[in-house]
Amino acid sequence: MTLKTEEVLNIAHLARLQINDSEVEQYTNELSKILSVFEQMKTHDTSDILPMAHPMDATQRLRPDVVSETNQREKFQTIAPDVEHHLYRVPKVIE
Amino acid sequence: MSSWETVIGLEIHAQLATSSKIFSGASTAYGAEPNTQACAVDLGLPGVLPVLNTEVVNMAIKFGVAIGAEIGKRSVFDRKNYFYPDLPKGYQISQLNLPIVGVGRINISLQEGPETGQSKTIGITRAHLEEDAGKSLHEEFARHTGIDLNRAGTPLLEIVSDPDMRSAKEAVAYARKIHSLVRYLEICDGNMQEGSFRCDANVSVRPMGQAELGTRAELKNINSFRFLERAINYEVERQIDLIEDGGRVVQETRLYDSDKHETRSMRSKEEANDYRYFPDPDLLPVIVTDEHIEAIRKSLPELPEEKCQRYINELGLSDYNAELLTSSREIADYFEIALTLAPELSKLLVNWILGDLSGALNRSDVDIQSSPISADMLVNLLQRIADNTISGKIAKEVFEAMWQGEGSADSVIESRGLKQITDSSAIEGLIDEVIAANPNQVAEFQAGKEKMLGFFVGQIMKQSKGKANPAQVNQLLRAKLK
Amino acid sequence: MTTTIKQLQQGLAEKQFSSVEITQDYLNKINRQNAEINCFISVTDELALQQAADADTALANGKGTVLTGIPIAHKDIFCTDGVKTSCGSKMLDNFIAPYNATVIEKFYQSGTVMLGKTNLDEFAMGSSNENSFYGSVGNPWDISRVPGGSSGGSAAAVAARLAPGATGTDTGGSIRQPAALCGITGIKPTYGRVSRYGIVAFGSSLEQAGPFAHTAEDCALLLQSMSGFDPRDSTSVNQAVPDFSVDLNNDITGLKIGLPKEFFADGLDADVAKVIDSAIAEFRKLGAEIVDISLPNMGLSIPVYYVVAPAECSSNLSRMDGVRFGHQCENPVDLEDLYKRSRSEGFGDEVKRRIMIGTYALSAGYYDAYYLKAQQLRRLIKQDYVKAFEQVDVILCPTTPEIAFKRGEKTDDPINMYLQDIYTLSLNLAGLPGMSIPAGFSQAMPVGLQLIGNYFEESRILNAAHQFQQATDWHLQAPGMK
Repeated sequence: MTLKTEEVLNIAHLARLQINDSEVEQYTNELSKILSVFEQMKTHDTSDILPMAHPMDATQRLRPDVVSETNQREKFQTIAPDVEHHLYRVPKVIE
Repeated sequence: MSSWETVIGLEIHAQLATSSKIFSGASTAYGAEPNTQACAVDLGLPGVLPVLNTEVVNMAIKFGVAIGAEIGKRSVFDRKNYFYPDLPKGYQISQLNLPIVGVGRINISLQEGPETGQSKTIGITRAHLEEDAGKSLHEEFARHTGIDLNRAGTPLLEIVSDPDMRSAKEAVAYARKIHSLVRYLEICDGNMQEGSFRCDANVSVRPMGQAELGTRAELKNINSFRFLERAINYEVERQIDLIEDGGRVVQETRLYDSDKHETRSMRSKEEANDYRYFPDPDLLPVIVTDEHIEAIRKSLPELPEEKCQRYINELGLSDYNAELLTSSREIADYFEIALTLAPELSKLLVNWILGDLSGALNRSDVDIQSSPISADMLVNLLQRIADNTISGKIAKEVFEAMWQGEGSADSVIESRGLKQITDSSAIEGLIDEVIAANPNQVAEFQAGKEKMLGFFVGQIMKQSKGKANPAQVNQLLRAKLK
Repeated sequence: MTTTIKQLQQGLAEKQFSSVEITQDYLNKINRQNAEINCFISVTDELALQQAADADTALANGKGTVLTGIPIAHKDIFCTDGVKTSCGSKMLDNFIAPYNATVIEKFYQSGTVMLGKTNLDEFAMGSSNENSFYGSVGNPWDISRVPGGSSGGSAAAVAARLAPGATGTDTGGSIRQPAALCGITGIKPTYGRVSRYGIVAFGSSLEQAGPFAHTAEDCALLLQSMSGFDPRDSTSVNQAVPDFSVDLNNDITGLKIGLPKEFFADGLDADVAKVIDSAIAEFRKLGAEIVDISLPNMGLSIPVYYVVAPAECSSNLSRMDGVRFGHQCENPVDLEDLYKRSRSEGFGDEVKRRIMIGTYALSAGYYDAYYLKAQQLRRLIKQDYVKAFEQVDVILCPTTPEIAFKRGEKTDDPINMYLQDIYTLSLNLAGLPGMSIPAGFSQAMPVGLQLIGNYFEESRILNAAHQFQQATDWHLQAPGMK
């Protein structure tokens, strides 16, 4: 199972990772190798099996609708790279 | 007119009116200082985990029951993965294949145009729960966008309609119906300006008679019903022009510009985005029991449709009036309070609430909940009409005074001396005065000019400052003029 | 020379020494030896001595618990309030966690002392601790070999006697495998037994935190402190935590131990197999009944794990975007540049590889064939264990197919690296508890034996391990380091 360069670049974009030209081939090879391992799954018929998203078939617990968190803005924003007027700043986005 | 058919579906995001967020215990209160209501979970800090708010589930079930929908007894939260600065985790927790509310329907009736009074059923495909994103502020900085994450994690119920609407008016009627319903159910405050009720419209056109749907555009950034109608109409025309000129409609998101009254293509943050949905491993399937659904069904208030039918059947109201009165829970509540106090005045109440009161509320841009004239105050006023203390005309003057805060009907009537004159001898006295002062007109009347009666009535009303009972004036005047 | 937590506890109770004294002792040793082993990323001297002083006060006032004053180290994947939490990554090199993980909070409340944060494979991804931004870790038995991963730092710290106990996390074997390679004891509990809140997430549906120590007895004490329902974690089970120490001394006569033939087949080093066989003989002597069993679908563990874990992590790591915390690239030109450069600079190669694999497995067109398929096959793997546990009480097998390999030996071959986890992965997929205990030596390097228990039966496997450790002394052997 070999990936095309185009696919690798697309995946990188979806994941917001930058891949240099020099790295593309290496990634393509490594990922293709790993994908080959996945081929082993094909031999099993799973048409009747419910997918298992959790080890126990537990169900969601509900939490009461109560405000339990206090304002910790100062503490949380101390660790942010770029904050101004208490807002997190990113390069301007045009919508 | 071209033989095109418009097809519209609406996606409505209603912010659920819980105290805390859908997956964290931070407050959802509107208007707080930036980032003061974004806790560790909302910020998507490393290591945090979501826990589901019980009230959110209750509210979703309420909605589902109200639209006669199947409730998803086992619903699952999925991650919708994409990158955007107002989406802290890099994914939105939503529901894809197993939503909490399934297929339902709602009836709308059109209030204008050739189909006025006609009812139409609009299908609802599903309603699901998801978390809201934060806010991107583009005006704060010259070269930066500022992110406020207070809103991140606010619970949303996304209500998706079938593409059943065929005109902007139908779309607005549907949106209004849903708006009214969520307010009736007290699951959403419906404040479009504050963004707690957001309508996106999927609009496409196709040649009349064609079964296949045309390519649709999704319209966003619409924050009033008026804009919804305009945006859809603009878009329909744009698409038709485009196709008739040989072009093709592109599936895209378009923003409505309320200043220029047009839609424009959004530099898409979703360009053919692959959201890579998968069940969120931090959350477990939500199980809803029949008992739970039943308990919620029993707790529902009387819904607009039921109430409307009851007004028509039991109170004898017209369909039109019943619709208007039940269009908002607050108006219906006001009406019902008044009705409890004076059930015999139902006709007067309907007229005054839908007439003078609505007019005054609209002019002052005030909600009925904030009306300076409460239900019992209005009842007081209408009782004075009913018992002939004042005429309908004088009542309008009293209403105005009450609106300005002068006091109750009784106190205004008292202080302004507006009591109707019903004493026959007093009226006869007035008539005599006017007859004596206008001999020529008397002669004209007696010569056969019936119209002169109006002149005399007018004079008498003027003399009495409008307080003479018009019916008695008429009766006694005729007798005297013979 | 091996000092256990039990012994330290006794010493403190008998006032043979104070917590401050033993803490200072460990800190001195760390100071001398960490440069060579590189098992600590941060040493929290001041905090440790403060906590030790507080512990001494509590003990003096008779307010101590069984762990008060005991120094331990924490894998640098647990959020520690006010203390750097790097996850072995440049991405979080500057991240001072603003809150405590639940496990950390519980340990503080037990009165333990935090010596520091230990090295790990970046974001818990790896089996050799060669993927850390802070450099690789050496195996105290042979510094040219790996300690295993991802919790290599914690395992090496305990093996080098720089801490009597430490915490780790286990997503595919990351506690058990390093325990085996470093000749110490480590346990991964049942999924949901220990809270995941505050543990920087890698494979959400797979991972559990657990302790390292020299003995099963010590592990029981540490696991006791870590376990329990946490309302902040939706996947945390609301199940009473038994006293893990109470059954340690039970006689294991008649205990049915299953040997899965698939774990004693090709790929297992012959020498390691011999050690395990001797250990099995030992269990026979203790009265256990050895049963041959089969887990036919175990071969699927590798593809299933390597779809599910990267898929979950690709999404979990999306929050590392340089906006609210962590590494941000310099002078980002636009949003895309901010994301791509911050993430590419911040993440190491293995992490990027797994994000890419995970993204691919979830992407449109491949979801059904990969992610969905893997989740279906996962059920088959679980069912194998459920069937097996109908026949036996506990399952025994080697922890790893070979002893600790040389540093650099497998870094160019990711698939070969992944095969190190062949015996450990399936437990994470099924959510079962498992532990590794020292069983002997091969080429002067430790060999580990794995005990797998049924759901929530940590006591059972701790009991079997403890009995083995009463009859043998592999666990008391120390590397030839000072």
